Amino acid sequence: MSEPKKMALIASQGTLDWAYPPFILASTAAAMDMEVQIFFTFYGLTLLKKEINAKVAPQANPSMPMKMPFGPKGFQSIDWPMPNILMGNVPGFETMATSLMKKTFKNKGVATIEELREICLESGVKFIGCQMTMDVFGFEIDDFIDGVDVGGAATFLEFAAEADIQLFI
Amino acid sequence: MNNNKYDQELDCKGLNCPLPILKTKKKVDTMETGQVLKMEATDPGSISDMNAWTRRTGNELVSHSEDSGIYTFFIKKS
Repeated sequence: MSEPKKMALIASQGTLDWAYPPFILASTAAAMDMEVQIFFTFYGLTLLKKEINAKVAPQANPSMPMKMPFGPKGFQSIDWPMPNILMGNVPGFETMATSLMKKTFKNKGVATIEELREICLESGVKFIGCQMTMDVFGFEIDDFIDGVDVGGAATFLEFAAEADIQLFI
Repeated sequence: MNNNKYDQELDCKGLNCPLPILKTKKKVDTMETGQVLKMEATDPGSISDMNAWTRRTGNELVSHSEDSGIYTFFIKKS
């Protein structure tokens, strides 16, 4: 086989909906024999914590469908007309929306973020935590799962310069 | 083509993207060159994905078929 294809990702978001794309792409790329590095920066750093506590934020997210993960099919397909101002401001709405989304993912046979992250590590995906944002947010390397390296912009760019795919997520 | 001969079996029914690919990869890694895996999935995206995965990894997608929402793939390890 020739030199493996390489993929360089930046994971910059820490909400449940934004946590999926980097881990899905990275685990699949590894399954396709690609060499993968993910550079976790800003809110993306929280995805490296031992316990991921990613939530989905309905506020300022007017495209988010509001659907119920239970009941008959017709009921499940209703997109509830919830005004965004309400979704963002009612106490507990974020927690409810998060648990509804997690439930829907489970019902649809989608892996959890933790499972995908584990598969990434097992299949050799390299995780790099951004040193600068760790400093700013007060994260220590011990806050993260094992197997995380720490680096800066140059660390990412050195790998990205040789990569076939580079994505900012 | 004899689709009935296979060495290993994998059930990915009910699983969604990217799990069928990830599980197939893991299974194929444990197999010997030339062995055939029968994989069943219900994810309609798996047809396109299995084609892409086999092309990329150099394994052979011997055949695939669909019957009442179940997609069956035969993959030969290269």
